[in-house]
Amino acid sequence: MTTFTGACTALAISLLLIILLYIAWQGIGSLNLHFLLESPRPVGEGGGIGNAIVGSLVLLMLSSAFGMPIGIAVGIYLSEFGKGRLASLVRFVVDTLTGIPSIVTGVFVYAIIVVPFKHFSALAGGIALAMIMIPIVARTTEEMIKLVPQNLREGALALGAPQWRVTLGIVLPAAASGIATGVMLAVARVSGETAPLLFTAFGSRFFNYYLDQPIASLTVEIYNYAISPYDEWHAQAWAATLVLMSLILAINIVVRFFTRRKF
Amino acid sequence: MTTPTIAAKFAVPAQRGAPPAAKEITTKITVRDLDFYYGRAQALQKISLQVPERIVMAFIGPSGCGKSTFLRTLNRMNDVIPGTRVDGEVKIDGRDIYAPGTDVVDLRRRVGMVFQKSNPFPKSIFENVAYGLRINRITANRQELEGRVQQALEGAALWAEVKDRLKLSAFSLSGGQQQRLCIARALAIRPEVILMDEPASALDPIATSKIEELIVDLKKQYTIVIVTHNMQQAARVSDTTAFFLLGKLIEVNPTEKMFTAPDEKTTEDYITGRFG
Repeated sequence: MTTFTGACTALAISLLLIILLYIAWQGIGSLNLHFLLESPRPVGEGGGIGNAIVGSLVLLMLSSAFGMPIGIAVGIYLSEFGKGRLASLVRFVVDTLTGIPSIVTGVFVYAIIVVPFKHFSALAGGIALAMIMIPIVARTTEEMIKLVPQNLREGALALGAPQWRVTLGIVLPAAASGIATGVMLAVARVSGETAPLLFTAFGSRFFNYYLDQPIASLTVEIYNYAISPYDEWHAQAWAATLVLMSLILAINIVVRFFTRRKF
Repeated sequence: MTTPTIAAKFAVPAQRGAPPAAKEITTKITVRDLDFYYGRAQALQKISLQVPERIVMAFIGPSGCGKSTFLRTLNRMNDVIPGTRVDGEVKIDGRDIYAPGTDVVDLRRRVGMVFQKSNPFPKSIFENVAYGLRINRITANRQELEGRVQQALEGAALWAEVKDRLKLSAFSLSGGQQQRLCIARALAIRPEVILMDEPASALDPIATSKIEELIVDLKKQYTIVIVTHNMQQAARVSDTTAFFLLGKLIEVNPTEKMFTAPDEKTTEDYITGRFG
């Protein structure tokens, strides 16, 4: 039994290691400062993915700005206030939302945002990603808040704290590191999304700082380069993949650092 | 079993006993015909009881007899448990705390509580004690806040041990210190009544004796109601003892009498260890 489970564990870990090493091996060759800072150029002239890095960060910030507060609020509602049938309904809806294929989310946002505004935009991309984030954040928040011992709430209530202050001042901070993990999972998940962005943020060959304009992202850039017929772009796609993975890792470390248990 | 045997087992220190006669005794809490239900299950039946001001009253009884439930009706802490219901009357200073329109937040400010398991907030030692002061906006400035925190920690006999590490996590304290921190937290907002739900049940004998000394000391300023499983503890710290069994209040008497010559046969049987 130990041997079998141990072997499976080794297999799972080695899968991750193989992926990481292969990407690093393939990508490291095209990686240099120009590649990180410049915008794309025609085939044969080099160029970089600076605009896509900025675009991905903008999209992540946008989606977090929408998705985090809503997701956390839903999680608080489900764990602290939601009772009875309405709460079960909300929970069911949230779970269903988690299962919606991301391409569907993309098409939906295309229909309700992109079509009326007549063009692709960073904002539409952010909203599409936020829709993917909300259920993940909501359910993790709910689970994490449920882990906060009841006697901590009672301790605060016994001091004359109103319910909302108990939730915001005691329960949320006690669950903060767990909630941050959930948010991280959601951010990591959406930072790898390509399909919903094809119809919303669309992609761009230039640096863009306007939220109502199409914006580049690493994933869409990787997609475009990977399906191109040029070896140079293939190499750049590998390098962009390496950058994307490093970016996710970096965000993870930074958030963990700031939400680590202080007390 | 005869009375002298009980007396020998639960020798009550002579200096206490009945509440000091010089002080005028006023009734702090009056409970009349209190019924309590968890859903359909009735946990308390027709409890009537008076708690005089500035004494320690102990609730004793076997597990599940309703003593903790009763304690929690006194600051409406049971409100947070879904499906509970209260009938009857609980008056504190003559005001019915279950009357419609009662400010529960204000009630809990006046009736503090210390729990069985110490439950410090995930904050620093200082912030734990300051919490009640902050949320109730009791202090006007930082200096006053620090003063009140110090007083509360002194009141809970903890100041000397923590004064150099107020900024450290409350979880860095030992179990007994954490419980005294929770007492300090309750004292900081200067309640009139302090409810204690088996405050020493998770502590070692030394920490327990510290808490007990503290309780006797706090009696000078506060009315204290303590639930305890430990009858020796009830005998050591309380002036009056109430015995609960199966959701009913069997007997209330001065502690000395309770442990030497109880009125009820059931009380005597419980105290002498025939059941429970």
